[in-house]
Amino acid sequence: MSEYLLLLISTVLVNNFVLVKFLGLCPFMGVSSKLESAIGMSMATTFVLTLASILSYLVNQYLLLPFELGYLRTMSFILVIAVVVQFTEMLVQKTSASLYRALGIYLPLITTNCAVLGVALLNISEKHDFIESAIYGFGAAVGFSLVLILFSAMRERLAAADVPLPFRGGAIAMITAGLMSLAFMGFTGLVK
Amino acid sequence: MSGIFIAIMLLTLLALLFGILLGFAAEKFKVEGDPLVDQLEALLPQTQCGQCGYPGCRPYAEAIANGEKINKCPPGGSATMEKLADMAGVEPEPLSATEEVQVKKIAYIREDECIGCTKCIQACPVDAILGSGKLMHTVITDYCTGCDLCVAPCPVDCIDMLPVEQTVKNWDWKLNAIPVKILDEECQC
Repeated sequence: MSEYLLLLISTVLVNNFVLVKFLGLCPFMGVSSKLESAIGMSMATTFVLTLASILSYLVNQYLLLPFELGYLRTMSFILVIAVVVQFTEMLVQKTSASLYRALGIYLPLITTNCAVLGVALLNISEKHDFIESAIYGFGAAVGFSLVLILFSAMRERLAAADVPLPFRGGAIAMITAGLMSLAFMGFTGLVK
Repeated sequence: MSGIFIAIMLLTLLALLFGILLGFAAEKFKVEGDPLVDQLEALLPQTQCGQCGYPGCRPYAEAIANGEKINKCPPGGSATMEKLADMAGVEPEPLSATEEVQVKKIAYIREDECIGCTKCIQACPVDAILGSGKLMHTVITDYCTGCDLCVAPCPVDCIDMLPVEQTVKNWDWKLNAIPVKILDEECQC
């Protein structure tokens, strides 16, 4: 039990996908200008990431390995991810029209979010079993959500702040992200 | 050779399975119409006054969903505009025709000139005018939204739009607004 907890903490804080592994930076910069859409994006990504991680593991374990088709891994994972994203898009459109509008193009772009494929592939290379894969996917999603929401809260404040002219817009966002990454380095060594 | 065949078969089967799944999901989660339009319409005051330039609240809601400005509804005032901004996911902006609309106006009937024709009663979208045929009419000030629609039909021009006097009861404290200084920025990223 404790090893699962350690795995979760390690993926959320120590090996955070955005700030330590630098995966999934596109939505991190793109959807973080408003807190509300950041929360929506986090929930959508959490759903997709966890489900894609589990499904990819199942596809790899029960379809690719028995037939020795390891070389089809990337292709079939992308297929799985695309299906999960499409499914999520239908779900969001049905349940919340304003969230669907706020997320806009970033919702289909979860397909190309490298964190999603990254989690699926890292599960294989680190030889996780089923539960570990699920926890790894969920942990990565929680880490992503945490960082995205914190970052968007900061950017909302920055929007009203008197930032010097050369730093406005993208520049101050990059600097903020860098400082956050530095702060997350403080978690190194928390879990071996 | 058979390895390639198995690989192709496997991927085809996988794709087919996912395709069927998505097909069912598309049928189950079907969205009829645009739900955003319904939500936007629910926020509008339903006076159907047409001051926004559209023939009613529903067409205006459809126009907002397609990117029309949200500040064209004087009867709703700034409260409605803020809710619309929230729902449509755009920045709030001051009401158009600011000078006139900022001061809320309501209709006032000069009662000794009124001939009791009931034309303004029929024009009023919110039933704020009280009166009957050949009897003098009057406006229920609490219900009047200041939509101007009763002014044109009056044959004797006895309706004035008067600004509401500010009293302790209707003073706008602006409790929900946080004063924010807008900085000019070349690139809004």
